[in-house]
Amino acid sequence: MATEEGKIDPMYQFEVQTILEGFSLGGQQIAFTNSAVWMLVAVAGLWIFMLGGMKRELVPGRWQMIVETFTGFIDNMMEANIGPAGRKYAPYVFSLFMFILFSNIFGLLPVGVLGLHPFTVTSHLTVTGVLAIMSFSIVLIVGFAKHKLHFFSLFIPHGTPLPMIPFIFIVELLSFLVRPFSLALRLFVAMTAGHILLKVLAGFVINSTNAGAGYGVLVGIPSFALMIGISALELLVAVVQAYVFALLTSLYINDAENLH
Amino acid sequence: MPQIDQIALTYGSQIFWLLLTFGFTFLVIGLGMFPKIQGTVDARDKRIADDLEAARAANSKADELEENYRVKMEKDRSEAQAVVEASKAKANAAAEKRKTKANADITAKLAAAEADIKARSDEALKEIEDVSAEVAQDMVAKISGAKVTKAAALKETKAALKHG
Repeated sequence: MATEEGKIDPMYQFEVQTILEGFSLGGQQIAFTNSAVWMLVAVAGLWIFMLGGMKRELVPGRWQMIVETFTGFIDNMMEANIGPAGRKYAPYVFSLFMFILFSNIFGLLPVGVLGLHPFTVTSHLTVTGVLAIMSFSIVLIVGFAKHKLHFFSLFIPHGTPLPMIPFIFIVELLSFLVRPFSLALRLFVAMTAGHILLKVLAGFVINSTNAGAGYGVLVGIPSFALMIGISALELLVAVVQAYVFALLTSLYINDAENLH
Repeated sequence: MPQIDQIALTYGSQIFWLLLTFGFTFLVIGLGMFPKIQGTVDARDKRIADDLEAARAANSKADELEENYRVKMEKDRSEAQAVVEASKAKANAAAEKRKTKANADITAKLAAAEADIKARSDEALKEIEDVSAEVAQDMVAKISGAKVTKAAALKETKAALKHG
């Protein structure tokens, strides 16, 4: 939260800040940023979490049980949405789901209390865009590798009357091409909106209290109560958005794997 | 919005670090750890299914053994019943035979004894007649002095004895 002349900017939390200059690659500065730190934190957290599941005991302990719940969840999702052929995509979708989940949740951690600067990796369009493009590329590669040009029949639903085929084809093609954007924007917007809302309410608490005790009680306390509720909601959104991203990816892969 | 304002400046580093971290996630966690953990789960599920199957087989085996045991028991019992029945019939027959034989013996002895009694009583009766006839002959001779033949005396005595 940057206080510039007493003003609290709720967008400041999304700023990418350079920690180390790094190196240059094709005219772009590849700096080590706060965003990179939080990506590494998310992956490190995920790695430690997964290590707990690697005991591979016949009778699982609590930690192993939790990890197996997550792997089983994605495994079932792939099996249910794609069928037995879907299990080979499970490692990718699992990585996607867990990476987004940990990034979302780590971005919500109240580390600001410790003087650190929380940053939500998934609230950046570049990040969600790359993840969406990866999923979309897999759909394209699998679709064309498996069905060759027959993959275009995906855009003509069964039973379409002959004169309608050109229009339906264009509509379906557009909806197909919009997928990576909707995938990327959905996560980006959900994360950004929630974090802005929390920061705006936090700004209310600070500014009203600074304006006087009366304002603090009248505005600050209800805002703070609202923040508690919205924090819980954001935790839910963090999980749901990771789930939605993984679910839509599995549905799109299903199109590529099985056509209709 | 910094995400869009900064995009031209930071996309290189954002994409670089994302590919690095997500690549690590996919290679180490997705491809390395995920199949092992799922493998453990699958192995456990298979083990449980196998154990259940074995238990079911053992259960049906036990049922079969019990059924066999029951059938054998039933058979043994009916055999024993038959043996008991047969020996009882045999014993009955033997007893019947012995009884018949004993009855015949007794009848024969009885008949012999009766014949004996009859012979003796006839003999005794005859002696009584003889004695009575002699007494009657003597009495007649003594009282009237008339001589009565023995045959006439015997005849009179017999008639008198018959009337009592």
